[in-house]
Amino acid sequence: MPMQKKKFQSGEGARYVTRRAALNKLQLSLKDFRTLCIIKGIYPREPAHRRRAQKGKSGIQILYLKKDILFLLHEPMIWKLRDLQVHLNRLRRAKGMNQKDLIKRYANTVPRITIDHIVKERYPTFIDALRDMDDALTICCLFATFPKLKSIPTHLIALCRRLTIEFMHVCIAARALRKVFISIKGIYFQVEIKGQAITWVIPHNYPHEPQKKQEVDFYTMSTFADFYSTALGFVNFRLYHNLNLYYPPRLGSYTAEAIEDEMLEENETSDRVAALNLPLLKTAEDVEDPAEAELNLDTFAADGNEEKAEEARKEYEKVRKLKNLFEGLKIFLNREVPREPLVFALRCFGAKVSWDVTTFPEGATFPETDETITHQIVDRPDLEKKFISRYYIQPQWVFDCVNARELLPVEKYFIGTPLPPHLSPFTVEYRTQRYVPPEEKALTDPSVIVNRDQELLDEISDNEIEDIKDGENEPEDENMETDDDIDEFGDEITEEQLAEIKRKKMKVETGTPEIVNKGKLRRENHQMQLLKEKMIQKKYRSLYKSMKSGKIQRQKEIKLLKYKRRIHERTSIEKKRAEIKARRAQAAVA
Amino acid sequence: MDDENISDDQSTEIMDVANTSDNQPTEKMDSTTVNEQMTVNNKDYKEYEDEMDTSDEEDIRNTVGNIPMNWYDEYSHIGYDWDGAKIVKPERGDQLDNFMEKMENPDFWRTVRDLQTGQDVVLSDKDVELIQRIESSKIPDSTYEEYGPWIEWFTSEVMDMPIRNGADHKRSFIASRSEASRVERYARLIRAGLLKTREQKRREREKKRQRSFFMMWSTDDAEDENMRRITDHIPAPKRNLPSHAESYNPPPEFLFNDREMRIWNKQEETPWKRKLHYVPQKYDSLRQVPAYPKFIKERFTRCLDLYLCPRARKMRLTIEPEDLLPKLPSPKDLQPFPTIQSLVYNGHTDMVRCISIDPLGQYLLSGSDDMTVKIWEISTARCMKTIPVGGIVRGVEWNPNKALSMIAVIADRKLLIINPGIGDHLVVSKTDSILSTPPIQTSIVSDKIKAIVQWDDPTTEEYENGIRIVLNHFKELKQVTWHGRGDYCATVMPDGANRSVLIHQMSTRRSQLPFAKSKGLVQSVLFHPIRPFLFVATQKNIRIYDLVKQELFKKLMSYAKWISSMAIHPGGDNLIVGTYDRKMLWFDLDLSTKPYKTLRLHSTAIRSVAFHKRYPLFASGSDDRALIVSHGMVYNDLLQNPLVVPLKMLKEHEDLADFGIFGVTFHPTEPWVFSCGADKTIRLFT
Repeated sequence: MPMQKKKFQSGEGARYVTRRAALNKLQLSLKDFRTLCIIKGIYPREPAHRRRAQKGKSGIQILYLKKDILFLLHEPMIWKLRDLQVHLNRLRRAKGMNQKDLIKRYANTVPRITIDHIVKERYPTFIDALRDMDDALTICCLFATFPKLKSIPTHLIALCRRLTIEFMHVCIAARALRKVFISIKGIYFQVEIKGQAITWVIPHNYPHEPQKKQEVDFYTMSTFADFYSTALGFVNFRLYHNLNLYYPPRLGSYTAEAIEDEMLEENETSDRVAALNLPLLKTAEDVEDPAEAELNLDTFAADGNEEKAEEARKEYEKVRKLKNLFEGLKIFLNREVPREPLVFALRCFGAKVSWDVTTFPEGATFPETDETITHQIVDRPDLEKKFISRYYIQPQWVFDCVNARELLPVEKYFIGTPLPPHLSPFTVEYRTQRYVPPEEKALTDPSVIVNRDQELLDEISDNEIEDIKDGENEPEDENMETDDDIDEFGDEITEEQLAEIKRKKMKVETGTPEIVNKGKLRRENHQMQLLKEKMIQKKYRSLYKSMKSGKIQRQKEIKLLKYKRRIHERTSIEKKRAEIKARRAQAAVA
Repeated sequence: MDDENISDDQSTEIMDVANTSDNQPTEKMDSTTVNEQMTVNNKDYKEYEDEMDTSDEEDIRNTVGNIPMNWYDEYSHIGYDWDGAKIVKPERGDQLDNFMEKMENPDFWRTVRDLQTGQDVVLSDKDVELIQRIESSKIPDSTYEEYGPWIEWFTSEVMDMPIRNGADHKRSFIASRSEASRVERYARLIRAGLLKTREQKRREREKKRQRSFFMMWSTDDAEDENMRRITDHIPAPKRNLPSHAESYNPPPEFLFNDREMRIWNKQEETPWKRKLHYVPQKYDSLRQVPAYPKFIKERFTRCLDLYLCPRARKMRLTIEPEDLLPKLPSPKDLQPFPTIQSLVYNGHTDMVRCISIDPLGQYLLSGSDDMTVKIWEISTARCMKTIPVGGIVRGVEWNPNKALSMIAVIADRKLLIINPGIGDHLVVSKTDSILSTPPIQTSIVSDKIKAIVQWDDPTTEEYENGIRIVLNHFKELKQVTWHGRGDYCATVMPDGANRSVLIHQMSTRRSQLPFAKSKGLVQSVLFHPIRPFLFVATQKNIRIYDLVKQELFKKLMSYAKWISSMAIHPGGDNLIVGTYDRKMLWFDLDLSTKPYKTLRLHSTAIRSVAFHKRYPLFASGSDDRALIVSHGMVYNDLLQNPLVVPLKMLKEHEDLADFGIFGVTFHPTEPWVFSCGADKTIRLFT
């Protein structure tokens, strides 16, 4: 009699294991398993058939691939973790027994777990590592802002700070920054390195707040930070070497002693480096490599895809211009401006930056009194002492310039003026059906008027405003409304209007144009559409429904936003009119 | 001694103060309450107290010693006297006594209870002052001069001359040899690197902890093939990039209005239903932007997602919903088909159940619940004739033979063969003459058939109305259908079990019972237009019988709950079936026994379906009052499947008691469609 086949011994049931089973197999505690998973990058999988993968059990279990668990089984780090556990037990025991010499010995010989080989394993190529830098940089930037915490080792915080500063330095050296965005969460930066877009966010000042223990587990976060900081260090190393820079970074002239000192400073960043304001020392002079730059253009050209090649060439030109956007500008930062992000954003495009010595001790290259300063970035309502030779602008100008890829006129950003809206540069990558605010439209199409109210106000000059009475104002608004309605509902023409048109055109001899009842046509088309929808195959029906409803939902959202904009514009116009009138009245009284 | 005692103890604790001060009143005022009570208990107490005065021992007035007094909490006494009698605790009054005491005794505020003896002691003025000084953190001794001149007992000035005149020993200025050797040893060890200074040790530790990085990847994208990796790695998706709404200074339309804010607040308990995970904010300048309070929480959630969230590869749809719609030709290219209502035939007083059109397409026949059959002229909508039939009419059918003027009408249990007397006179008279002479019965009609159906002659009144033959059935009839040549007709009695289908031959005036066994509730029967086949629709299936061979030819599976009607394509290879569960099924008989296409065009039960004889059109009428005309093209090429395109929905009938359209039929030659419904009308769409 042949062996009876047992259930779940092959197929999906055999491919997955639950977390409990994995813990039993690896003989690890949950905490160690979590650490191991984070560092090795093992994650649960969603099976195609959950019931089968869970060996017939209902409910939802955390399932790992069995192969992944076997892969973990051979990881030498498991033994390191066990050693560490033993060592800590010994230390605890020595402390309990109050054996001072043992405590000293054990405390000094805690085994250190190196995870360098895991970085290589998780990122077999450099590009892979770059692809994963989004999370790494964000976590490191956050950790760099932390104060001394009980649950996070201090050297990790210092290391994160050092590595993020180093990464910023290399971005400045490579002029890799492409997009910036000030959000309510922090400041987003997007750099492009080796064709990979890396986006990270630097939180606004003082982001650390005590967190509830059940909400945030700093131990888990610091495990992530541990791995990511290691990976970031190796990435930095390679980036520095690619650009012929010393790693760790060196600035200006260096004596051997200074280097020694700097090396021995434990993970700390010197203020000179953190200032981000001095160029890095090179190991060798750069050799221009035009071939590499033209590489992707040539591939398109070789394919014979003319349009794509043309597009790529245009993009390349734009980026080349962008890299030297602030070249020749000498910018002074007032002390209320967040120094680090702005210095980074400005220096990435070739500006010369300085600041008040009181804000940051090192790195300020010229004082405020320097006559050659072109722009001073100020974030306060007014300034007592001003120089005529420079523009006083608000920090948003820098960010908007970068996103627009050109130097924007400074008038709108003058000190004390209300700022134009700050738009996200990342929306281009969004789906097609989205709301585009008029400001964004104006970026690509200069014919779009951003502020209709502004224009209207211009029309109504101060002299004319007296003549215009309220009664005359109203119909203008109504006309605007009807225009909008027509746009929305597809030129519907009622019978009366039709007759009106006919009567009007009585005298015209050239003949009447054929007038189609569009409402009826639309109704018919709608009916046709309904019948057609009923012919959809059964398997696609629910998909179609959900897609359609999603589309309708998005349309609604767009409509709502448009409506809100219109309301806002109208109220602002009215407000301005009232203001002007009040001013007139006052003048008349005077 | 007591006085001395007090001055010494001034710097000690309050309780001691209380103890010592206790001595004074006992000495001076013999008549205190304390002593009175004591004397009451023991006469020798005074003697004992006198002795105490001279003793050097610690001044404890109780006899139990310095023990925790709570040991005596449960007893009424504290200790024993010389005679071994219990020293009873002074009586402590209840709260009322306490209160009275408080009110009456002016010294109550300075009365303290001595825990050692359990007696009340009144503090003296000196004691009170002492306590107050201690409480206000002053030096307890009021006589102490805080700011008095400083008397330097030992001078800090170095004097020129030593106080002692002796010379220092030689040892004191010659280096110690043992120390020198020790220093030498340390120096040697330090030089050899065996001994380290604390600073060196610290640096070393730090250096050890400092990460050293190296060139991990020699090239950008060369992969080490031998390196093991996680199986089938799925990279974590990147976080969504921020939109305009997240800006610190967004365009005004992105800010929440009152309504949106209300919704946001309402969704406090169910944050996953929110459209955004933050409230858009507008700040006038960058310096006003505060730190985002949920930043750390958000990063932590991302970390959790990275290591705890199950990952799977999902196909992202790049198609538009329009791409899912079947590619069908535009209805405009499929004309002609009926598009508008052109005539309404009013006249029936109850709902019209069935209609039929004469083979030439001139007259319309309708049967209604008002127990009449009406004949209309199609082009004028004029009622030509009304024939009362004495029963609810469930089926009317015009004989397809153009040479005969004959209609079959079902009224309750009767099948009436009527000569309407309309149209060509010759045909009418010829039909009458044929029907007037019944053929000679050659064979004997079996009893079985006789029990089911009897061929009767009409009464004179009925004859006047045109009724020529009456077939009385044993059960209620539901449907009648003619064979293509017009000699045979089949009737359906759903309640008749195995005798529910009957075939009548007009020329011989005989009836046949084709089936011996019941196969289910028969809904409808149909003759094949060309071949000798009979389609019998039961509740769920359709059976096709070969009438010549007298056997089952095919069985079609409908997968529907309840079939209502069916119609056959004039070519004979395609069949449409309407069901009460809203579906319309298209069977290609050459292709399969399963439906080639299932159309769900209606929202309620389908009552009737019909094919056009010439045009590639078919129609269905349903209880939702909609008549849907569709294009159903059948190609001669066997490899090409039929093309089915819904063309037009005609919704003109009125709703009446949830019934809509009962019957649908096409004009034999024109692309016109008729429908009859519960609203007592018949409508023509052209």
